[in-house]
Amino acid sequence: MNDIGTAAATAIDLVVTADPALARIVLLSLRVSLTALLIAALVGLPLGALLAVARFPGRGLVLSVLNALMGLPPVVAGLLIYLLLSRSGPLGPLGLLFTPTAMIIAQAVLIAPILAALSREVLEGLWEEYAEQLRSFGAGRLRAVPTLLWDGRFALLTVLLAGFGRASAEVGAVMIVGGNIDGFTRVMTTAIALETSAGNLPLALALGMVLMAIVLLLNAAAQATRQVAQRAGA
Amino acid sequence: MRAPDTMLPLIAEGLGFAAGGQAILSDVNLTIAAGRPSMIIGPNGAGKSVLLRLLHGLLAPTQGRVAHAGPDAARRQSMVFQRPVLLRRSVMANALYPLRLAGVPSAEREPRARAALEMVGLADLADRPARRLSGGEQQRLALARAAALNPELLFLDEPCASLDPAATRAVEQIVATLAARGTKIVMTTHDLAQAKRLAGEVLFLHRGRLLEQTPADQFFFAPTTAEADAFLRGDLLW
Repeated sequence: MNDIGTAAATAIDLVVTADPALARIVLLSLRVSLTALLIAALVGLPLGALLAVARFPGRGLVLSVLNALMGLPPVVAGLLIYLLLSRSGPLGPLGLLFTPTAMIIAQAVLIAPILAALSREVLEGLWEEYAEQLRSFGAGRLRAVPTLLWDGRFALLTVLLAGFGRASAEVGAVMIVGGNIDGFTRVMTTAIALETSAGNLPLALALGMVLMAIVLLLNAAAQATRQVAQRAGA
Repeated sequence: MRAPDTMLPLIAEGLGFAAGGQAILSDVNLTIAAGRPSMIIGPNGAGKSVLLRLLHGLLAPTQGRVAHAGPDAARRQSMVFQRPVLLRRSVMANALYPLRLAGVPSAEREPRARAALEMVGLADLADRPARRLSGGEQQRLALARAAALNPELLFLDEPCASLDPAATRAVEQIVATLAARGTKIVMTTHDLAQAKRLAGEVLFLHRGRLLEQTPADQFFFAPTTAEADAFLRGDLLW
């Protein structure tokens, strides 16, 4: 009990003094997850919008697969990217395994289906409302895609926050493809896993606090988005 | 400003529409010529909205066809719906949007959009989020957006159905202004008094058939069909 109390006190100290080792881990985490989010958004949001407006045979199947991919376990995503990037894999010569780039790829693969599936759902509702009017203006389905992405911006921001939350909180994918190398590929979640099993509770707790703070911030941001959206009548 | 060529008259020949094996409109033949507003009236379920969508090209007819006198007809017409579908943007951005789609040069868009907003009395609200406007203001914005395109032919589907009397009056004034400018108005309404105020001619629709296309003066005093006569007397028709 006393151990935990001491650990908590040390942890708070680490956070307050912005301990360099802690800061490095936090900054790498943010860099990896934000970059992954950006890449996943560039692919996932337009894909979601296209699926919202497109009608083609097999669309139901595509949506089912996409929805299933939302639940892709991070370790499986990690394993797939590991196989691609490992020395004997098709992308092995690039030498990306156990680098932050590999971690970015793994997280992007993990959350792109989430962004696509959620944005498809959000934008399909909007499309149902807009379709007739846009057709009257002479806009085809393809032209509707940028319109829907812009008019759904507030809802899509919430989708992005959900994607970022998923990326920053997952441990399996980055652990497998990053290797949790100290000072190079160690992020918050992998550090917590390692430090806890190594008995270094203060650092694990400090990281846990930062992670919790990020999650809280995300929720606050999502709520603020909803309020702004309401004022804007969106 | 408009090119001398024209899409009018618009002609429907043997126009029919069925959905799920149920005929909604059958054998509609009509000619929409330039001039004062054509009001489409008739009891609920007569097929007024479907007729408007067929004429505008939003629905493909299952029988017959719609023909226009000139080329490029799609760009020369626009439509305002019963419930205005406004983009989640500012009032001004809503007025600009169709102009960009129509390929209007960017320097012309803003003045045209502003002139349209002024015509409907919304210029002062240009920066407001469109969806925060009142119902009447939203419908006026939808009219401004359609008018900014300078359409030759404007379809209005029950534009006042969910508006209070003051907002209805404002919409009717805008419609009259547009008609006076030479825009051909084709409008559905279930409000006989409104039809009387605006109509140059009346198209009376009943159970999916066009029973009359008659000049307004004549229709309201001496309709040629018994159904129209009953409708004007306020008898229930089905």
